[in-house]
Amino acid sequence: MNADQARQLLSSVLHQVAPDADLDDVGPDETLQEALDLDSIDFLNLVVGLSESIGVDIPERDYPELSSVEGAIAYLSSRTGGG
Amino acid sequence: MGDFTMPSLGADMEAGTVTEWLVKPGDEVHRGDIVATIETEKSTMEIEIFEDGVVEDLVVPVGEQVAVGAVLAHVRAPSAAPLTAPRTGAPASPGAPPVVTGEAGKVEGVHGKPVVLSPVVRHLASEIGVDLERLHGTGAGGRITRSDVERAAHTVTRAPEGRPGEAPRPDAGRARASPYARRLAAEHGVPIHSLAGSGPGGSVIARDVRAAAGVRAEALRGAAAPVPAGSATKGRTAMRRAIGALMARSKREIPHYYLATTIDVAAAADWLERANLERPVNARLVLPALLVKATALAVHKVPEMNGFFLDGDFAPSAPVHVGVAISVRGGGVIAPALHDADQLEIGELMTRLSDLVARARNGRLRASEMSDPTITVTNLGDLGVETVFGVIYPPQVALVGFGRVSDRAVARDGLLGIRPCISATVSADHRVSDGHRGGRFLAEIDRLLQEPESL
Repeated sequence: MNADQARQLLSSVLHQVAPDADLDDVGPDETLQEALDLDSIDFLNLVVGLSESIGVDIPERDYPELSSVEGAIAYLSSRTGGG
Repeated sequence: MGDFTMPSLGADMEAGTVTEWLVKPGDEVHRGDIVATIETEKSTMEIEIFEDGVVEDLVVPVGEQVAVGAVLAHVRAPSAAPLTAPRTGAPASPGAPPVVTGEAGKVEGVHGKPVVLSPVVRHLASEIGVDLERLHGTGAGGRITRSDVERAAHTVTRAPEGRPGEAPRPDAGRARASPYARRLAAEHGVPIHSLAGSGPGGSVIARDVRAAAGVRAEALRGAAAPVPAGSATKGRTAMRRAIGALMARSKREIPHYYLATTIDVAAAADWLERANLERPVNARLVLPALLVKATALAVHKVPEMNGFFLDGDFAPSAPVHVGVAISVRGGGVIAPALHDADQLEIGELMTRLSDLVARARNGRLRASEMSDPTITVTNLGDLGVETVFGVIYPPQVALVGFGRVSDRAVARDGLLGIRPCISATVSADHRVSDGHRGGRFLAEIDRLLQEPESL
């Protein structure tokens, strides 16, 4: 999965979790949770959605890597062997 | 007394429109009676009168908008000047058969005795079809009160419809609902057929309507999928209004008291971390699940926190349906119920909670979830808020708030340490419980959170 695909996946899963959230609203220095007002349950739903989409378990210790858009794209790319 | 004027229903209100008069000239009014409904830009409100008297004339007709402070009606003190209109409650001629029409000024007797009742009560009785003749007044001097009529309305529901010799009820063949519930539904614009009844035989009762009215408008915004900007703004405004009206009612009617305590959540956090190591990603737990479960279980020890305050009485609820406040981005909040939260195994509770949150975001909540929370939990911790002082959702009687988890210096067993802590608050209804019981409730939540494995 390349960066564009990863971003697309992140965007589509995010849309399922929080239909009114938009990745474009997240600045480069912001966390997804803060910028999009996600609570811990939304964030968990996002992780579950991503994990199911790529068929890979995402351990809790990896959550911090998913906190920003750039981080999440890099993480998804690396876990799917792309990049 | 004298002039009854357009009240100010908020700092930003400049004018209001009379949408209904519940009294007419000659009517006797008592302090606290609702005499009119007023529509403002924000909502429609029932307006009470603050002194006893007799309505002399209505100055402003229905449909007319006037400024705050304008005279709406002239009201005379009860003892002043002779009456020009027949006065309510005039003694009926002895032995005359009771005449009951439900119309103002014509109610004359129960078992030959004079009936004294306010116009508002008469209005209510005629609207919901309660026979005043059959009522026994419990007010001062045998006066029929609002609650007498409302109680009777509930009784009417249970009685078989269509007594012999009676015309068929106009609502025959429609959804099973109490007359009072119908009236409320009409008032709040709630489609009664859409409601799941919790009354006898699945009939819709007032509680169902109230609950739906409270959340219906709020759900509008949440229920809407992405919509054009114009209507989104409109939906937000409507929701803001609905929340405003509900919260204003809460603050107006419910004597809140507030308690706060700090709970050490180290045990809960440790337990969660260990439990999640063994759980697949879609079965992992978050702290809010433990908070909801602890709240639901604590209700067993302090049942005064769980139920509804209706018609002047607290009706405790055996089931514990925890309303979970979920913010809707762009404005507003909805609090659908997690049913029987006290009975759910923690993994199951987590699944349902995350499902509930996801569906709330997508606008796919079920009517039953919207209608019947018995207590509400709000968790603003994710937004970094330290302490929440919540407003109770009527007709519920308590709201529990949790803030963010933060490391604090805590003295424990004579040693100072850094522990993750959370602030827990309860806003509770003083008509139902006192601070002592509220404190007991928070202490129980604390105790339960120290034993997370038992949740």
